[in-house]
Amino acid sequence: MQNNFIGRNLFDLDDYTAEEILIILEATKAMKEINKRDYKKLPTLKGKTVCTLFFENSTRTLMSFELAVDRLSADLVRFSANVSSLAKGESLQDTVYTIDAMGIDLYIIRHSYPGSPQLVHKYTGKPVLNAGDGSHAHPTQALLDMFSIWERVGSLKGLKVTYVGDIAHSRVVRSNLIGMKKMGAEITVCGPKTLMPGHLEEVYGCKVEYDLKTALKDADVVMGLRMQLERQSEGLFPSLEEYSKLFTLSKETMKYAKKDAIVLHPGPMNRGVEILPEIADSDHSVILEQVTNGVAVRMALLFLMLGGKM
Amino acid sequence: MIIKNGLVFRKNRFKKMDVLIRNGKISKIAENIESAKENEIIDATGKYIFPGFVDLHSHLRDPGQTYKEDIVTGTRAAARGGYTTICAMPNTEPIVDNIATVEYIKRKANDLGYCKVQVIGALTKKSEGKEIAEIANMLEGGIVAVSDDGNCVQNTKIMLNAMKYVSSFNIPIIIHAEDYSLSGKGQINAGKMSTKLGLSGIPALAEEIVISRDIMLAENLKCHLHIAHISTARAVQMVREARTRGLNITAEVTPHHLLLTEEACVNYDTNTKVKPPLRTEKDRQACIEGLLDGTIDFIATDHAPHSDFEKEKEFSIAPFGINSLETSFASLYTGLVMNKIIDLHFLIQKLSTSPAQFLALNCGEVSKGKDGDLTIVDLDAEITFTPENMLSKANNTPYINKTLRGMIVKTICNGRVTWNSDSK
Repeated sequence: MQNNFIGRNLFDLDDYTAEEILIILEATKAMKEINKRDYKKLPTLKGKTVCTLFFENSTRTLMSFELAVDRLSADLVRFSANVSSLAKGESLQDTVYTIDAMGIDLYIIRHSYPGSPQLVHKYTGKPVLNAGDGSHAHPTQALLDMFSIWERVGSLKGLKVTYVGDIAHSRVVRSNLIGMKKMGAEITVCGPKTLMPGHLEEVYGCKVEYDLKTALKDADVVMGLRMQLERQSEGLFPSLEEYSKLFTLSKETMKYAKKDAIVLHPGPMNRGVEILPEIADSDHSVILEQVTNGVAVRMALLFLMLGGKM
Repeated sequence: MIIKNGLVFRKNRFKKMDVLIRNGKISKIAENIESAKENEIIDATGKYIFPGFVDLHSHLRDPGQTYKEDIVTGTRAAARGGYTTICAMPNTEPIVDNIATVEYIKRKANDLGYCKVQVIGALTKKSEGKEIAEIANMLEGGIVAVSDDGNCVQNTKIMLNAMKYVSSFNIPIIIHAEDYSLSGKGQINAGKMSTKLGLSGIPALAEEIVISRDIMLAENLKCHLHIAHISTARAVQMVREARTRGLNITAEVTPHHLLLTEEACVNYDTNTKVKPPLRTEKDRQACIEGLLDGTIDFIATDHAPHSDFEKEKEFSIAPFGINSLETSFASLYTGLVMNKIIDLHFLIQKLSTSPAQFLALNCGEVSKGKDGDLTIVDLDAEITFTPENMLSKANNTPYINKTLRGMIVKTICNGRVTWNSDSK
């Protein structure tokens, strides 16, 4: 198979075709098999050095990426902003120049400012994997979501998918909208008007609903999003209680979706706010599978982008 | 000095003429001026001769932020862009809210500058929007207008009092219209691109609500209100309606709001980060329409230089502003005149004649007795702006490394050559 992923960046999914996304999903499947083995390691990226640049707190995404790097036998160096030079006022440019001088083959970056991955690539010329940039994009999350659905349901084409919550601040949703649209899903987003960015229909070709029951009608896939308390102090909604009254995924509201609909959540969950335990822990839920699949997706991407050999 | 054989812009026509400048003033315009007394003859065969451009809105960063720009480099950049008069905005460090700083700028520009510099004083002390600045004092120092540009007076009562106070001095109040509670942490226009890029948006409403407020305040005061860098369709419409009612409301638009839209921000290019933000195509069209029908009086650059290290940052923390004096004419000529959206005559009026009239300056036309301010242009020549050849200290323009048409070959200010493209 011709690997045309080598040396490319993953800023977001808009640079990738539906065929390429399918290749990533297939590769993920292979990696998932390896992760089920007793000996969960491939020598394939031996000698490569991967750097995680995390300018924003993260535990699970960082762990997932680092595990993926380890399992492919690449060397890992970790930079996290809290403990290092950024606090001393060094610019991203200088930080990245300094690290790059140590000899890095690929960067994984998380940053609270949109567009930062593009800058890291500009400064280093190395492939960059976006692990979340502000409210802009989180393509590996979208891919693991897509994989989780694809694995359960098969084709993504024609699936009715509904995203519920704080759409405005969600990088997960933005990347999902791009990816799922490419794969032919029919998408609806739902949430309070104050947390809905403008022009969604135009930009992503999705439907926008403000009523949960309407939004969930006949859905095959439902994703709840983490509702952050800080939005309350920003005056965007009155209270978590009222939010949950209108938008929580519960047995009651999930009745409107298809009977065998699956439920996703990018985590960490606020149980009782955007999702009730009766759904999070039900047969609908693929939430823990998402986490399992996250490692496999990231292995697949590293493998493809660094040109690993099976 | 005689400038020979150029196509001179006069009475809204181009005609091959010679121009004689003596003692810094235009003293004769005729065919074939021969004079043995003149030791400086400039051959402008095949070139166009415009009245020197006048900019009502420049940030020279001097005093206080001279790592970005200073009066020498800013005026050199202006001269290269064909400007012979520019107005310095007061948001320096310290703010120009006192006569001493006004005099400093005027003296330095006079001694070392490459064009004439008029000074705009602050409306409120430190431009904090709290107490009225010493405007009468600054008028003695020679300010031509007042503005808190870069800042916007948020408190309506203070704005009302400031307008009342200024209305007795016969100078315009220039406003940068921005309601901070609406613009918030916004980075680009609130619209399609902000949704796509995940950047916070600055809604058109943030500008419009302040323009609407200030028009209402000005209405009962007979105060001359000038809207800086107008950028939205509804704002243009509000100014149009106010003028129909006979109010003394004027407006300017920048080259970038006439030429670019929010789409330019797609790659997080911080050179497109500006306030007000680049808006939608509909807004851009409305600005062009407003300029064409006279709702918008002239074009002003909002030249806002920032150092490379400041712009070479994540989009969210890079400063707002576009470096514009050098690229202004070429960008407008290439983007609007060559595309037949406006004609050359009209562009010259909006760059020279109208802003000169606005401040009642003795320039803006090529006619006898006016200041010897001329811009000589080769419309066919291409020009590529690069960090190496920019005369401004800063390179923060979306046109960096781009090639445009319409090169300023010489600029003459008060009869002195201030820019010559031949002598690098």
